[in-house]
Amino acid sequence: MTKRIEARFEKCRSEGRAALVTYVMAGDPDPETSLQILKSLPKAGADIVEFGLPFTDPMADGPAIQAAGLRALKVGQNTVKTLELIRRFRADDAETPVILMGYFNPIYTYGVDRFLADAKDAGIDGLIVVDLPPEEDDELCLPALKAGLAFIRLATPTTDDRRLPAVLANTAGFVYYVSITGITGAATPDFGKVATAVERIKRHTPLPVVVGFGVKSGAHAAAVAQGADGVVVGSALIDALKGTLDAEERATSRTVEAVTTLVKELSEGVRSVAKRAAA
Amino acid sequence: MTAQAQPNSFRTGPDEGGHFGMFGGRFVAETLMPLILDLEKAYNEAKADPAFHAEMASMMTHYIGRPSPLYFAERMTEHLREVSTASGLSGGAKVYFKREELNHTGAHKVNNVLGQILLARRMGKKRIIAETGAGQHGVATATLCARYGLECIVYMGAVDVERQKPNVFRMNMLGAKVVPVQSGTRTLKDAMNEALRDWVTNVADTFYCIGTVAGPHPYPAMVRDFQCVIGNETREQMMQAEGRLPDSLVACVGGGSNAIGLFHPFLDDRGVEIYGVEAAGHGLDKLHAASLTGGRPGVLHGNRTYLLVNEDGQIQDAHSISAGLDYPGIGPEHAWLHDVGRVNYISATDQEALDAFQLCSRLEGILPALESSHAIAKVIELAPKKPKDHLMVVNISGRGDKDVPQIAEILGTDIR
Ligand SMILES: Cc1ncc(COP(=O)(O)O)c(C=O)c1O
Repeated sequence: MTKRIEARFEKCRSEGRAALVTYVMAGDPDPETSLQILKSLPKAGADIVEFGLPFTDPMADGPAIQAAGLRALKVGQNTVKTLELIRRFRADDAETPVILMGYFNPIYTYGVDRFLADAKDAGIDGLIVVDLPPEEDDELCLPALKAGLAFIRLATPTTDDRRLPAVLANTAGFVYYVSITGITGAATPDFGKVATAVERIKRHTPLPVVVGFGVKSGAHAAAVAQGADGVVVGSALIDALKGTLDAEERATSRTVEAVTTLVKELSEGVRSVAKRAAA
Repeated sequence: MTAQAQPNSFRTGPDEGGHFGMFGGRFVAETLMPLILDLEKAYNEAKADPAFHAEMASMMTHYIGRPSPLYFAERMTEHLREVSTASGLSGGAKVYFKREELNHTGAHKVNNVLGQILLARRMGKKRIIAETGAGQHGVATATLCARYGLECIVYMGAVDVERQKPNVFRMNMLGAKVVPVQSGTRTLKDAMNEALRDWVTNVADTFYCIGTVAGPHPYPAMVRDFQCVIGNETREQMMQAEGRLPDSLVACVGGGSNAIGLFHPFLDDRGVEIYGVEAAGHGLDKLHAASLTGGRPGVLHGNRTYLLVNEDGQIQDAHSISAGLDYPGIGPEHAWLHDVGRVNYISATDQEALDAFQLCSRLEGILPALESSHAIAKVIELAPKKPKDHLMVVNISGRGDKDVPQIAEILGTDIR
């Protein structure tokens, strides 16, 4: 179930460093390019890959990820095709954990039980569903855990100590700390505050804590890697991708490389911070 | 959907988690979850505080101008009786208008905004955000923010900014900042997305004043409670006018706040027929905004309800001539009332609404909002089929002044 995720964090720990977690949108700017990007990410230094499930109304996302989702939908990306891309990724990579991240409505419409069976079969390890707080655990979280998929919860600056236990209760794989109150791709956090928050969460859980939102460069990644077990980067990769598209928003020969170049920089940032290997 | 067993009372919802049957809930990002829990707590405390109710009541009377009249629409009634006779029925219901368009700011929206702004004050929030479609909710919010000296930011789809210009100007005059939303389809749903994005970003000082019975719990219940003044007054006024309850109620349904406000106090009076009118746009087989008639259950904007979605769960473009009905969802309590069969949800097209607008203007000297015109359109259809002693109440949720430039354009008149 969460074996691939555990093994990957174990590997990073043994290398004395934090993990790099990357987010790109499935089908952006077209399915084949997004698969090529996904496949190139581990080679460029990503330890865990998050694949975005496109949705018309991504309430917690900023302009970069909103636009990425709309580009994908425009070329016909959907849940079935997204699972298929992951199946193809999994065919040549048996080890990199794949996390599907999105909103509940496409999953709900697909049908929760059918979705979980197909997601597991495609080789997905975990789910991040932004609009499912613990109060709605019956919807997907508990069925996912039963089906052997990690349900990765977001903890935020508004999740106080009173609420944290509820947020952590059914979470598995790792905890995703949202570094700011805000949407993706917006402000860069105060890294000092982030470190304090990570410590606070770690007092409540043995799970790895990764930090995302606002990380844009190798230097940011290094700053976050000081305290966190992993660093998530999304909007910055999508901005890099977007910068290479032609006037019709189609991929060009530079698209994949623009993403991998930034991933390499981020990976170096993460690797520049030596962490104590866990006992 | 198959009809579920009928409950003993239709007025007990929602449950603790904010559910009306399978609908409703709290489908929000974790960042917002503590905020909506705080809001729920503050609302429950306010509800139990006589001082809160006293302040509401005083402002309702002196600022909004309540109660709004229940008006016997005599010429509309006569006209529809002639229609009835012409079709060989010799019936025609007695039609009453609940005149929410006479409220300060020109629509029912202000009832809810007053409640939420007083609550925001109790909670010490100084920055108010709102989404708006037709601009009526935005104007009401801007108005009460002006009245109480609060900062006001209104998100409005760029398409709606264009078709509801008079209201944009009104909001500006009232000191509010109107932000045109360029994302997605650039209408009401996108304005709501953008307001939620603002709220996630400005958690400490901001109160999100939602304009209809949608959003995560407690909004659908809270907004309903604030709008129930419509139905409560109607009950009393009808008892005074006719010595009995009405036989039927008709209201338009966008998110469903004016409708639930009229309906809710009558839900357990089983003899009262209730009709909610959705926007059928160009027709139910074309682009429309009738989520109950033409949609299916899904999750958006914090709750489960009927939505216009495709087979992949992507939200579909809604269309209505009226910006206030141009939303691909509907409040969760309506979704439930639909499934249990207590309320009949029907729909009116753009053209039917336009025709009703013109008929009402000429017969009664009342320019109804295009939203309300959808309800009137169905009164025109239903009333002639009812007997003469049938008492029908239609909610005139707002006035049509804001729609005049748009209607002039549709009718081919240049008024600039
Ligand atoms: C006059 C009027 N009626 C009705 C509506 C639709 O909203 P609801 O269904 O919440 O009453 C609006 C929304 O803007 C409105 O302005």
